Amino acid sequence: MKQAQHQPSRRDMRRALTAVAAALAAMVSLTLPIAPAMAQQQKIKIGLMLPYTGTYAALGNAITNAFKLYVDENGGKLGGREVEYFVVDDESDPSKAPDNANKLVKRDKVDVLVGTVHSGVALAMAKVARDNSTLLIIPNAGAGDITGPLCAPNIFRTSFSNWQPGYAMGKIAAEQKKKTAVTFTWKYAAGEESTGGFKEGFEAGGGKVVKEMTLPFPQVEFQSYLTEIAALKPDVVYVFFAGGGAVKFVKDYAAAGLNKTIPLYGPGFLTDGTLEAQGDAAQGLLTTLHYADGLNNPKDKAFRAAYLKAFKAEPDVYAVGGYDAAQLLNVGLTAVKGDISKRNELVAAMESAKIDSPRGPMTLSKAHNPVQDIYLRKVEGKENKVIGVAVKALADPARGCKL
Amino acid sequence: MDFYSFLIQLLNSIQYGLLLFLVASGLTLIFGIMGIINLAHGSFYMIGAYMAFTLSSLTGSLFAAIVLGIVLSVILGVFLEWALFSHLYKRDHLEQVLLTYGLILVFEELRSLIVGNDVHGVNVPDILNWSLPLTDTLSYPAYRLFMSAVCLVLAVLLYLVIRRTRLGMMIRAGSSNREMVQSLGLNINLVYRLVFALGVALAAFAGMIAAPVSSVYPGMGTQVLIICFVVVVIGGIGSVWGALLAALLIGLADTFGKVLIPQAAGVTVYVLMAAILLWRPEGLFRRI
Repeated sequence: MKQAQHQPSRRDMRRALTAVAAALAAMVSLTLPIAPAMAQQQKIKIGLMLPYTGTYAALGNAITNAFKLYVDENGGKLGGREVEYFVVDDESDPSKAPDNANKLVKRDKVDVLVGTVHSGVALAMAKVARDNSTLLIIPNAGAGDITGPLCAPNIFRTSFSNWQPGYAMGKIAAEQKKKTAVTFTWKYAAGEESTGGFKEGFEAGGGKVVKEMTLPFPQVEFQSYLTEIAALKPDVVYVFFAGGGAVKFVKDYAAAGLNKTIPLYGPGFLTDGTLEAQGDAAQGLLTTLHYADGLNNPKDKAFRAAYLKAFKAEPDVYAVGGYDAAQLLNVGLTAVKGDISKRNELVAAMESAKIDSPRGPMTLSKAHNPVQDIYLRKVEGKENKVIGVAVKALADPARGCKL
Repeated sequence: MDFYSFLIQLLNSIQYGLLLFLVASGLTLIFGIMGIINLAHGSFYMIGAYMAFTLSSLTGSLFAAIVLGIVLSVILGVFLEWALFSHLYKRDHLEQVLLTYGLILVFEELRSLIVGNDVHGVNVPDILNWSLPLTDTLSYPAYRLFMSAVCLVLAVLLYLVIRRTRLGMMIRAGSSNREMVQSLGLNINLVYRLVFALGVALAAFAGMIAAPVSSVYPGMGTQVLIICFVVVVIGGIGSVWGALLAALLIGLADTFGKVLIPQAAGVTVYVLMAAILLWRPEGLFRRI
């Protein structure tokens, strides 16, 4: 045996050469251009790049479920063409994001990229989409830059920008004749965009933000800040926290007795998916978001029933973003009869789409961010009940976007 | 800042420092006495918090959950020492880091499979569910004061066990010279097993007692791990008193850093560590 390794027999050589030739042939056939006539029969390739492990796994699954739910309701097709999914777990890790996005775009050659939850990952995806001019639909991440300085004709968002709920809450606080406010968030982009939006809305209505406090992400030791809030005695406190931080802050705020004298406001993420853990401490909190419980429009009722039936779980705001991503793509593909190579017409159709979303009617701004009603919601039991519309058809200012 | 707010912030820092001590004491014991770098220490804290959540919803009482949780974590500690850590005493630190980092991944994945990725809250027991009014707007939750008291009691108990008991003598001897203790006829393996189980139980206990105020969420162990290592390094490796003093110092630096220089709140603790290490490279105290 040992000798055979040193002096390969002719048969071994031939076998090796055959293998190399086969591999080469396979590679050539992969790179062959697909004939245009074939394109209509090909499936639309959709790259789902979402978190399926880690803290945001539940969100990634909700988005995926809802996206597929719409496609299934539509007979398994978008724009008349069948759909093929390429799924990548982005792990909410920005450092792996360029690689993951490139895998889908360059290796799998997807027609459309859909994702994601984490803003840092979404920014990396936006860069890959710009470089390769791949169509990108973002079903959740609210980073302002994506529909601001980084906006592009091929990048769309079906959720919200962090500025939107913040601005709406600021306007509400000013309408309630509150004079002074303290804002508090983790020191990172999403939080500062949200509190920035609040400040803009609040001060436009005549209020004054007396202090903007930040805490390094992801620390949750709030006690010293609560002491400061108690000393400042503002009329209202606006905070941006999510997940474990949101649960802890709301409970600490109540335990310190501050909720009795100073109302606590926030964007919907303060109380979305966390009410079970927050318990009594969250009761009566006011938040703003583009979705709420008890909207009672026909589309929402149908969507909730279908989602519950298919996945045995109540849909949330994340599922709505995923569902509308599929709806938006369908509008574009239908307009070009499934021919995704007609990019300009496809984009034009998506831009002027009027989506019948579970959240209510939704259109897109010039920067491709939703123009939507922002609801005022109140925590009642385990629900974020809608109690009114904070701002009708609110559009993000899209500062820095040149579209 | 007026004098009254200063006092409240002082209370905040002591309370935070005492909780840090409780988590870090187990780490400093395992690190100092057994020479094991245990990155999985944060995972034991996380396991404790999740036990508080699941056991208190099963038994209906946090106190029952804590008693049960301590028993379970001692069993876990003994098992891990027997199955994994006992093979590491003669190996170098890099291999210990490799094993304990692997354990973090295993525990996180198990947590995800068994309990899921949602955030959970643990209710404060009814008898402690009241607040002490401090100013017209601010009150102080009784449970936090209770936590501080428990941490203080534990610190004293640890001191007494290590300084005043026969077991403590064996532990101290074992940390100075393992071979000599063995040749004197003491079962050092048993001592190590006990110390390791004690370390695990301390971390899990900290997780359980902190669960009502910290809430229970994925990744909570890794957050606490880094600050624990800072405590151990400042206090001097293996020193329980050092850990207590260091934890209180960090509580002060963190709280007043956030109030006085909010722009640099993220680094005050590390600046403190760097300064102390420049002054005393071995930490504040050496040995137990």
